[in-house]
Amino acid sequence: MVNPSDMVRDGQDQPSLDDIRRILARVIDPEIPVLSILDLGILRDVARTDIGGGRIGWRITLTPTFSGCPATDMIAQLVRMALYAADVTDFVLETSLAPPWTTDWITAEGREKLRAYGIAPPEAGPGDGPVPCPRCGSSDTRLLSEFGSTPCKALRQCGECLEPFDHFKCHGRSSGAFGMT
Amino acid sequence: MIPRHLPPMEARHEYLLHLADNALVLGHRNSEWCGHGPELEQDIALTNLSLDLLGQARLLYQHAANGIGEGATEDTLAFLRDASDYRNLILLELPRGDWGLTILRQYLFSEFSLLQYQALQGSTDTQLAAIAAKAIPEVTYHRRWARDWVVRLGDGTEESHTRMESALATLQPHLGELFSPADFERTVTERGIGIDPSTLRSEWTLRVRQTLDEADLAVDLSSLATPSNHTGMDGKLGRHTEDLVRLLAEMQTLQRTYPGNEW
Repeated sequence: MVNPSDMVRDGQDQPSLDDIRRILARVIDPEIPVLSILDLGILRDVARTDIGGGRIGWRITLTPTFSGCPATDMIAQLVRMALYAADVTDFVLETSLAPPWTTDWITAEGREKLRAYGIAPPEAGPGDGPVPCPRCGSSDTRLLSEFGSTPCKALRQCGECLEPFDHFKCHGRSSGAFGMT
Repeated sequence: MIPRHLPPMEARHEYLLHLADNALVLGHRNSEWCGHGPELEQDIALTNLSLDLLGQARLLYQHAANGIGEGATEDTLAFLRDASDYRNLILLELPRGDWGLTILRQYLFSEFSLLQYQALQGSTDTQLAAIAAKAIPEVTYHRRWARDWVVRLGDGTEESHTRMESALATLQPHLGELFSPADFERTVTERGIGIDPSTLRSEWTLRVRQTLDEADLAVDLSSLATPSNHTGMDGKLGRHTEDLVRLLAEMQTLQRTYPGNEW
């Protein structure tokens, strides 16, 4: 959350695009409180543009991770609060569904933060390689359940240190088309 | 006055409600297992899967509400329509039964839903196409999880096998409805918005047969009863079972008792 005394401005009245991005970079996913919305890749766009009613302002576009992610509404609320706290009121929030979010959009920094937090990050490959234990690094791990504590995670256990851990599921890359006729 | 959005409505809206109602009703049925699953991991799995379905339903209701206008929102569509206004498949409203029935129904519907969403990615309704593309990775995952359990239970102990056979016998009469197009489906198919479900049947049958073979479960998928020649029930026309009435009574109780209440 942004503290008003913490405001990031370049000494001018109008915040710059970088200012806005810095404000948004402090909005943290409530379910994985080490990742910002930038790390997660769900902040899709920030633009200074016509925001309706003839007003020029910031159009901030977010995308949900999973359709039913319960954090989606809360994240939008946190974004609003962060902007208001920094005295930015001329903005609209938009949601885009296409292209659908994929774990490929989680940044390298975000993956490292996940690992340090004890969640195995999604693989960068095709998604069926080994999933190393985030605690001891062993690749001797097995799937306990396809679904973990949130829709985006699966539950695994390490064969080496025996610790169970969450694995951020590789998501969103396969979509074989059956085609409309 | 509270808008109830009664039919007749535009075929496109009815189609969106059909898709949304399918996801909501199955999601709600599955969510009844929350806290009652056979083991913690599978309880969590099914709850998460329900959440995906509710998410898909929300996106579809929001899209339908934008088109319907007249004060419709995702909430009025979910909470203020009667059973006869619902357009979901009968298959999805049947009571959850035992764990085997819940899993088998999820599997059979996931196979169908995956093919349907894959086809809908090409819809001329770009928002529907986006919702479909968003749903595909989720449904792919549901299908994988449910398929694994169908095989494990079907090809499991004598007890689990018998229960799966009995679940299949309960669900089989309701599979024909998946593939018999309602008038609104024919209309949206002509307009490039939707997909005629009968075109998905052969691929679905192929995949399901393979899974059921692996699960050592025998069923006749070649002659499926259509709604009209079976029971007179037809979910797509709003002719539902008492089970849906009870489901909605529970789900809608708060908005029906305190209309417009928010917290």
